[in-house]
Amino acid sequence: MAKIGVFICHCGENISATVDCAKVAEVVGKYDGVAISVDYKYMCSDPGQTLIKKAIVEKGLTGVVVASCSPRMHEPTFRKACAEAGLNPYMCEMANLREHCSWVHEKSEATTQKAIDLVRTIVEKVKHNQSLNAIKVPVTKTALVIGGGIAGIQASLDIANSGHKVILIEKDPSIGGHMSQLSETFPTLDCSQCILTPRMVEVAQHPNIALYTYAELESIDGFIGNFKVKIRKKAKSVDEKICTGCGLCTTKCPNKKIPSEFNEGLGNRTAIYVPFPQAVPNKPVIDKTLCTYYTKGKCKICEKFCPTHAIKFDQEDEIIEVPVGAIVLATGFTVKKTNFFPEYGYGKHPDIVTGLQFERLASASGPTLGEIRRPSDGKIPETIVFVACAGSRDEAKGIPYCSKICCMYTAKHAMLYQHKVHGGKSYVFYMDIRAGGKNYDEFVRRAIEEDGVNYIRGRVSRVYEKNGKLIVKGADTLLGATPVEIEADMVVLATAGVANEGAEELAQKLHVSYDPYHFFAEAHPKLKPVETNTAGIFLAGACQAPRDIPESVAMASGAAAKVAGLFSQDELTREPLIAVVNRQAPPVFSSCVGCFLCMSACPYHAIEKEEIKNRQGEVIKTVAKVNPGLCQGCGTCVAFCRTKSIDIQGYTHEEVYSEVMALLNDY
Amino acid sequence: MTLGFYPGCSLKGSSREYAESVLAVAKAFDIQIQEIKDWNCCGATAAHSLNRELSLALPARVLSLAEKQGLTEIVVPCAACYGRLSSTQYELAKNPELKARVAEINGIEYNGTTTILNVIQMLDKYVTPKLEGRVVKPFEHKVACYYGCYLVRPHEVLNFDRVEEPQSMDSLMTKVGATPIDWAFKTECCGASLSISRTSSVGKLSGKIVGDAFDRGAEAIIVACPMCQSNLDMRRKEINEYLGKKIDIPVLYVTQALGLAIGLDRKSLGLQRHFVKVTV
Repeated sequence: MAKIGVFICHCGENISATVDCAKVAEVVGKYDGVAISVDYKYMCSDPGQTLIKKAIVEKGLTGVVVASCSPRMHEPTFRKACAEAGLNPYMCEMANLREHCSWVHEKSEATTQKAIDLVRTIVEKVKHNQSLNAIKVPVTKTALVIGGGIAGIQASLDIANSGHKVILIEKDPSIGGHMSQLSETFPTLDCSQCILTPRMVEVAQHPNIALYTYAELESIDGFIGNFKVKIRKKAKSVDEKICTGCGLCTTKCPNKKIPSEFNEGLGNRTAIYVPFPQAVPNKPVIDKTLCTYYTKGKCKICEKFCPTHAIKFDQEDEIIEVPVGAIVLATGFTVKKTNFFPEYGYGKHPDIVTGLQFERLASASGPTLGEIRRPSDGKIPETIVFVACAGSRDEAKGIPYCSKICCMYTAKHAMLYQHKVHGGKSYVFYMDIRAGGKNYDEFVRRAIEEDGVNYIRGRVSRVYEKNGKLIVKGADTLLGATPVEIEADMVVLATAGVANEGAEELAQKLHVSYDPYHFFAEAHPKLKPVETNTAGIFLAGACQAPRDIPESVAMASGAAAKVAGLFSQDELTREPLIAVVNRQAPPVFSSCVGCFLCMSACPYHAIEKEEIKNRQGEVIKTVAKVNPGLCQGCGTCVAFCRTKSIDIQGYTHEEVYSEVMALLNDY
Repeated sequence: MTLGFYPGCSLKGSSREYAESVLAVAKAFDIQIQEIKDWNCCGATAAHSLNRELSLALPARVLSLAEKQGLTEIVVPCAACYGRLSSTQYELAKNPELKARVAEINGIEYNGTTTILNVIQMLDKYVTPKLEGRVVKPFEHKVACYYGCYLVRPHEVLNFDRVEEPQSMDSLMTKVGATPIDWAFKTECCGASLSISRTSSVGKLSGKIVGDAFDRGAEAIIVACPMCQSNLDMRRKEINEYLGKKIDIPVLYVTQALGLAIGLDRKSLGLQRHFVKVTV
């Protein structure tokens, strides 16, 4: 016989203002199997919890119903209290009288009646509840970091320094990411490479980090603490162990006119190449898609000149499988190209460039060795126009969000231009200046007040070329929307920061949610910014939203702390609210008929086939089995199962039906 | 096949040659054109800046008449009419109460089922597929295709071509042998009705358009809007005063250029009616 304790909470006045709590307690107290029914002002307070604990011990309760707020708020509190009093925590359930009743209804008889009904359903459920035990799973203490930009570098170093192994994979031939392309960094104007390259070297030399460049994630299996990942190491066509990085091959390669990705197309590279001089690892790869040998069948000049015979044309992609316990996604972002803008001529004019291209022009390691020269004819621009919000905050362009970093880097660009081109004129068209951040607004003011950058509040309607000049048409909204026309020599568009191409596929591969713009979604916008909704997978940097360097680094360290926290335990505890396929005594073994509809329905690939064998080892029946590590308890399989062979623990058919019947039956 | 035809005021007056060329081209491709009987003003500019109900009731009446006369598809060559009719259909589709109110004002049933085509859509749908082999005198000129404001905006309503850098007329002109230039004033304002109230402003606004087309080597400007055509053509004196040049490149309707290419008689296309002599 069940002995249920019911505890009605007033939640201060949140519930008692519209629900007659004393009456609810009184009515419910008369139901079969209810051993005690009381109301109290704050059930979550220490005296409230003591009330529950005392009742469990004194009355020998078999189940507890707390009728108060949403279980999302206090279920862990009350379950913990029950466990402390010796009751299985899963025998404690909550009826939501606040969000589902008192907050949404006026004070009335009907409101109180609804509260009674809500409590009754949960009482009936608890009568059918079963004791459950938390699931324990082991942890593989190696982390996989995907992406070798500043976020991935920081996350790898932090995890490695906490004593755990890290595998860092990067799709490009070198780590460094976008930060390695930048000239100076705001708000201090320190050289990007100078602060980044030591960290890149540290990654390469760290005993706890295995670095795979030119490598991509092939597939992933498993669950938190127990992922199995396959990594595709793309063929570099160069034996890294033999290559000394002398660079002779890159000087001899006849294929010299390939637009360099690192220089954003403003410089050239060869088919066998190191993306930039400070690359880590500083060893070349052959771009198979453009190499003359691979495309036309002959050349092999690099092989002829290589002093150590490191060129291996027959090298093939290698797939390695590694077990990891946690994954940090740090795949970064990209910027829209100028061909995204019809009003600016679809990027057909070489002197209309993106902010990232301007970084290369301003960088000492760039194609102009740091002199600001326009791409078309190499002249130093006397007048330059920067357009902030090129695409961002523009619903017509499909990008309603703020790209966040542009206000600051545009101020930096204008400042760098003024420092490098004395007497030059610079204009910035902006919508708002969003310079929130330590020393950020001061930095923008410096550009305006000390360096004389002309800030014009208004948008640019069109840029076109006329008589060798770029005509920039816009409006000055602070001067009554006066039309402004500037004859510029060069135009820099702060194009919107967007998710990488392929981000969607990667997210699907990893079962990580993403937003409408294909940025990866955090588990909670405020309280879980580095977690994803898939346990064990974390986010760092601009793959989640446009982020600047300090934010990316902070996020990476946050993700690393989460990984280290995970790795501090030898076993993980999980809620046992998962699906189970029933097992019965022979000759039935299970009511499962092996149709495996559940397998196709499961979004987490948690359902496996299990063969039931007799003593001779012959297969009698093949039935479904749920992997408790993978199952998230969504219940989709339950709905699909035609023989009602699957139950969600804690929400079994019996438990749910008893709730429904409690509502249908008159009391 | 029969296509309903809504000429609007311009095509009966200052832009008769637009109507003539549309009809001539339609005839050449066996498209039966049936003018909507008892049509009224679309209410452009005046109505929609003064009275919302009137601005919707006027075009709705035209559409109701088309429905009543069994015209499921109509061609509206004037860009302003096209905009007003399309906007009305769009707004009434979204708002059933307003739709009922407008039907009540007009005293005719309105369903909003009519397909509205601008001239380029009509040509793309019924002429381009049959164009092969018909081009006897390729229009071998450098042309500046000028779209103006109304033909492509607002995109949400019209869902036609690209707003900032439209291409439909350019591709059509390529098919009749012309070479469209890449220029910056495709959708800039010509000054529209300021032509009458502030002629000097039109001289300046249209001047920038004509000037840029000329500077980039265009031998003709191609349009699909009577307002654009009359400003660029009729106000050439003011344009040339503003530019301080004498620019005499003609302004042709897209249907006139196409008509020339398929060998139609110049007079049937109304080319003699232009202010700037059509020499191409």
